[in-house]
Amino acid sequence: MALNAVKTSLQLPDLSRVPAVDEVGVNERVARFQTRSIKTASKVEALKLILSMIDLTTLEGQDTPGKVRQMCQKAIHLHDALPDLPHVAAVCVYPTMVHVAKDALKGHNINIASVATAFPSGMSTLSVKLDDTRMAVDAGATEIDMVISRGKFLSGDYRYVFDEIVAVKEACGDVHLKVILETGELGTLDRVRRASVLAMYAGADFIKTSTGKIQPAATMQVTLVMLQAISDFYRETGKMVGMKPAGGISTAKLAVHYLVMLRETLGNAWMTPEWFRFGASTLANDVLMQLMKQSTGVYQSADYFSKD
Amino acid sequence: MAKQNERIAVAKTYKIYIGGKFPRTESGRYFTLEDGEGNVIANMCRGSRKDFRNAVVAARNAQSGWAKTSAYLRGQILYRIAEMLEGRREQFVAELKLQGSTKRAAEKEVDQSIDRLIYFAGWADKYQQVFSSVNPVASSHFNFSVLEPTGVVAMLTPDESSLLGMISNLAPAIAGGNTCIALASESMPLCAISFAEVLHASDVPGGVVNILTGLRSELTSQFASHMDVNAVIYCDASEAVAKTVQELAADNIKHVIGRDRVDWNSDAENPYMIRDTQEVKTTWHPIGT
Repeated sequence: MALNAVKTSLQLPDLSRVPAVDEVGVNERVARFQTRSIKTASKVEALKLILSMIDLTTLEGQDTPGKVRQMCQKAIHLHDALPDLPHVAAVCVYPTMVHVAKDALKGHNINIASVATAFPSGMSTLSVKLDDTRMAVDAGATEIDMVISRGKFLSGDYRYVFDEIVAVKEACGDVHLKVILETGELGTLDRVRRASVLAMYAGADFIKTSTGKIQPAATMQVTLVMLQAISDFYRETGKMVGMKPAGGISTAKLAVHYLVMLRETLGNAWMTPEWFRFGASTLANDVLMQLMKQSTGVYQSADYFSKD
Repeated sequence: MAKQNERIAVAKTYKIYIGGKFPRTESGRYFTLEDGEGNVIANMCRGSRKDFRNAVVAARNAQSGWAKTSAYLRGQILYRIAEMLEGRREQFVAELKLQGSTKRAAEKEVDQSIDRLIYFAGWADKYQQVFSSVNPVASSHFNFSVLEPTGVVAMLTPDESSLLGMISNLAPAIAGGNTCIALASESMPLCAISFAEVLHASDVPGGVVNILTGLRSELTSQFASHMDVNAVIYCDASEAVAKTVQELAADNIKHVIGRDRVDWNSDAENPYMIRDTQEVKTTWHPIGT
């Protein structure tokens, strides 16, 4: 019954009315973001904000409980030599590892995100995907990262993709839902824009670029298009949606460029971990090394930081 | 019709060498090199701390791969560098003369540089046998010590003897599986960048050797303080500079190697030059029961 209620309140928008993306314009705009110079105190603030927005991620077939515990430990103790560091926003793991992360993070205000819905390909039936989602939620995940069915989307079956997101959102209950578009498989910025609109109208709390398993993963171009879609969605509906670029953002410098883009596209309201996340496994250490460089004046070595 | 001999000369742009590429300095700064009569020879990149940082990243990324390359192959590659340098002998002689050398001194320096590369090419798969040891211990252990490369070596190469001095520092470090960043002679930097072109054509993987030009006064503290550098070499430094290097290097306990008053013609052909940038790993292996 609940499913029907949700379904009736959400309408698949007319995607033919989604505006086309000016690719040249996007490239030029992105190039401009990369010319901003953020230095000294502003840089330190930006780096700390980046740390607080990180979803520390391990999504490998070889993940073990030990590896997940180690990552949770890192999430809590990023680098104790530096005082006043924020903790990361969340750890991101496979559903079977959620209970391990939950134990390891007990007593700490760090979210547990779990990928679900036959991540990363999404090639399974709806019932399996819903079970996958419920398993992660029951194990204690506070955020679910789902993948859309790219094959269905590319073949034009938007209704299927829409209904699937609606159903997964329903299975999530109060848990935050991030919808992964896997932009590297969508091919064009127009399709990225269309998929973003579809996901937001279907009830996504966040839209996310990539699984990290497909190249290219997050790019500034793709992220800008998604941010613009969020901006328009907010104007039309009054509802804020979060953004999570994931995969390929491994340097502090690049992450700062993303913050500049966020600030200049969506404004200050989105400049918090509640509305913006970085999905990354190696970004944290580079940010920490930059912060250490700012405080000591000396270029740092990965040898003196905990492993990613 | 213009005469053939009125052709406009094509001057070479000397750039720096980082990660197997030849970028300009990120800082956009230059210093001008003049010959004895005040004529401009070239505009040299005035490398910055960020160029050095980028070079360290390149050297670090290349290090484990280079250390795993077989000793035999490292020797072959060093030999290849010598071959390439031999083929461009005239260019290096001309550059040394342009920077004030006599013809005879220039020829001698280039010849010795080639021979120095051959010398360390030969040592690449032999120094391990000389410096490794099986150690007597008073327990039932097989105890042995072997060498491992220190890692990333930053070197402030000699100002005089700009080609031979640099090669005498570079060759033993890379023969031993290290990767390096060399700051070229400040007063005679031309050969260092031409030598980078030789390296580039000699099967040396990108990042194994990185060469910067710039002001020693500006870059010395960076070479000594960077936490991801494992050893720093200085040559013919004043007491004050040596002190600075040693103090800054203490932060991450770098190996500090001072090569003062070395006669690069005669004193640099020995395997201890390789040993300087090696670590000793001693293993205790139980035997019997």
